[in-house]
Amino acid sequence: MTVSPRSTHLGLDLSDAGPHPEAWRTSGSEPHRLFDPERLRELVDTAQRATLDFVLFDDAFALHTSRNTTLRGRLDAALVSARLAPRSAGIGLVATVDTTHTEPFHVAKALQTIDHVSHGRAAWQVAWSTSPQVTAAFGRKQVQDEADAVAEADEAVDVVRKLWDSWEDDAEIRDVATGRFVDRDKIHRIDHEGVRFVVRGSSITPRSPQGQPPVVVRATSSPARAFAAHQADVVRIAVTDRADAAVQRAEIRAAAAAVGRDPDEIRVLADVLVVLGGTAAAARERLALLDALAGDARRPDGYAHVGTAAELAATVEDWTVTGAVDGFVLRPAALHTDVDGIADEVVPLLRAAGAFRDTYPGTTLRDTLGLARPASRYASAIA
Amino acid sequence: MTVPRKQVHLGAHFPGVNSTTVWTEPDSGSQIDFASFEHLARSAEDARLDFFFLAEGLRLREHKGEIFDLDVVGRPDTLPVLAALAAVTDRLGLVGTINTTFNEPWEVARQFATLDVLSGGRAAWNLVTSPDAFTGANFRRGGFLPYEQRYERAAELVAVARALWDSWDDDAVLGDREGGAFLRDVEHVGPHFQVRGTFPTPRGPQGHPVLFQAGDSGQGRDFAAATADVVFSMHSTFEDGRAFYRDVKDRLPALGRREDSLKILPATSVVLGDTAEDAAERARVIRRQQVSGPGAIAFLEQVWGVDLTAYDPDGPLPDVEPDVGNADITRGRVRHVKDPRPVVAAWRARAEAERLSIRDLVIAVTSRGGFVGTPTHVADEIDRYVQQDASDGFILVPHLTPHGLDDVLATVVPLLQERGSFRAEYAGPTLRDHLGLDRPAEGRAATAHLDQQPVG
Repeated sequence: MTVSPRSTHLGLDLSDAGPHPEAWRTSGSEPHRLFDPERLRELVDTAQRATLDFVLFDDAFALHTSRNTTLRGRLDAALVSARLAPRSAGIGLVATVDTTHTEPFHVAKALQTIDHVSHGRAAWQVAWSTSPQVTAAFGRKQVQDEADAVAEADEAVDVVRKLWDSWEDDAEIRDVATGRFVDRDKIHRIDHEGVRFVVRGSSITPRSPQGQPPVVVRATSSPARAFAAHQADVVRIAVTDRADAAVQRAEIRAAAAAVGRDPDEIRVLADVLVVLGGTAAAARERLALLDALAGDARRPDGYAHVGTAAELAATVEDWTVTGAVDGFVLRPAALHTDVDGIADEVVPLLRAAGAFRDTYPGTTLRDTLGLARPASRYASAIA
Repeated sequence: MTVPRKQVHLGAHFPGVNSTTVWTEPDSGSQIDFASFEHLARSAEDARLDFFFLAEGLRLREHKGEIFDLDVVGRPDTLPVLAALAAVTDRLGLVGTINTTFNEPWEVARQFATLDVLSGGRAAWNLVTSPDAFTGANFRRGGFLPYEQRYERAAELVAVARALWDSWDDDAVLGDREGGAFLRDVEHVGPHFQVRGTFPTPRGPQGHPVLFQAGDSGQGRDFAAATADVVFSMHSTFEDGRAFYRDVKDRLPALGRREDSLKILPATSVVLGDTAEDAAERARVIRRQQVSGPGAIAFLEQVWGVDLTAYDPDGPLPDVEPDVGNADITRGRVRHVKDPRPVVAAWRARAEAERLSIRDLVIAVTSRGGFVGTPTHVADEIDRYVQQDASDGFILVPHLTPHGLDDVLATVVPLLQERGSFRAEYAGPTLRDHLGLDRPAEGRAATAHLDQQPVG
């Protein structure tokens, strides 16, 4: 084992063909396999070989707002995670699920089930929607602004966490003598009566291996940062450089402490767009080709690494050692190219430097992230 | 040349939250661990069954205001389990029960399209229509749906889902690096749903997932005839089955449907033995396991509407009168009787005449039949039902998790194969292939047709 205080956490974004909208048009992309679960399984295998903390799938109820010449079409991320669970081990599976239009009861049991199927490797990236298109697709609410949608997401996470706690770990007793399958004193109604939701509970699904799968939040705006500080186990930040990352991490930790949380129970990961090349010039050429296909240089906000694997490994180590971040969400510009580069070049360099694990420390994603397994809030009420 | 035999269709029901699952047996495994689901699904696929069937519950059952703890409690979420099973099976159909009242069409259409893509064309949706406020208390809209509107909403939900599945042409994903996907917008405005936009999920291999439906009322039969590909029926005795079969199939021609476009598959159980006597004894033991003493009392309480815990399950029936007003003593499952008084009178008479204890009586009145005998006898019976149109096959409901169908799959299925009544190999990759169902016309043509029809 090479876990050390200098060890970083690495997630891998496997959404679409990569975050660059033209990623599917470059050579090797196998566009006919973009919705093929075996293609995803191969990518997860690679990430697992590199002992990355987790893979992540974005999702939304709307089609991408891009031209018809760019990749469009999405599969339900929770079901994709479930599909990948039996054919993987060790690696976390982060599914994005919306809170603006999805019932918290459905979210809770879906994530618990992925956690059961994967033996404790599920996580939930919380999404919200301010899109008029999605509002029209559901046709039962008014369009919400971001502050409103985030406030609703915050309450939805409350409801879901209560449902996750609603069964104590040892509720199933199978007591043949009395004929009782469960001890019903260990299954709790949540009786949530909030601003947006009134949900009785309990969950239909027994408590899952992680108790509560980790909650991932992208802190991309002021309301989202406050929400993340309040609710997230893993916070994704968009940063410009190391100093910016350090400032944001400190702010999130301070905001979490201010609402009574232990900042050491939060992992702050910086998003980084990854464009690898044998030389820095080759990487820049790859990016220029993608931009030329798009006709402009649209790409995700935030830090981009356009260069060699060695340079990326050095950046990851530097930002981690200096405490600017707890790790990174690597966003390979083109999955079919950059995932291999991350697994076969970047990770071995980090391991050699003692900056990354070479095995999984336990069986669950919480083990990997170094996050404690929460006790059910209702268990203490009984004792 | 002999006339080809009518083919038997078989599904495997995963036993979970119901009064027939025996959890007290040492051989009873977990109803949550994925390994249990994987075992049943893999063994069903090895036997070339048509599909794996998963039920759903959206609230834990309650009895006298508390969680009902005498049967299995708790289950995983339907669709993630099926998506995971898609990874460990190649051909088996994957049927998920999803409520039409507590889901929105955009979301559920997307989930089933995804499952169809992730499974290579093996997805099916069993539509159930519970509208009750008890379940609704877990959802933000609450128990909003009047009982009489449940099929109206279900029909509209399915119509919208179909329009969304049809909004992508089969070849919408061009995979041409110079080109790209082009889609067409879908719009739908109806009494329950106002849905417009571009659907984000590609059309699955089956075009539309297969639709199952289980309603038994006249309205339910009409809905099935108009909408379903498979009816999951509870009519498992021969004459009852033939009557139901004829009634539902006779509704099809007026709707422009062929008889074989709708399969009727009753749920049934199978108890095997080396001899008829041996099987009958095993069936008797299983019934005793399914109806425990406390379980028998709880069953009577559902009918009486009063607390009967003071009574001995091995003693005579309660001498108190039922409380007619207390209809909600058990919530989260279908009630057994509407008016308890004549039922109680009849049961008292029967118990007295046959000298039955409470438990004996409950065993007698809750027995639903099923096939009991040697493997040869059971194969004969299954084949007889199918050849003589009492059903198109069966959904096999075991009483044990997860090994409850092992013996049936190992002995009865090969006998059906020897007779030429059951496939030895899958004919194609999709569930539609297994069931002999046409693939719906693709995208634009089908949607243009739907635009002309009133919905609901």
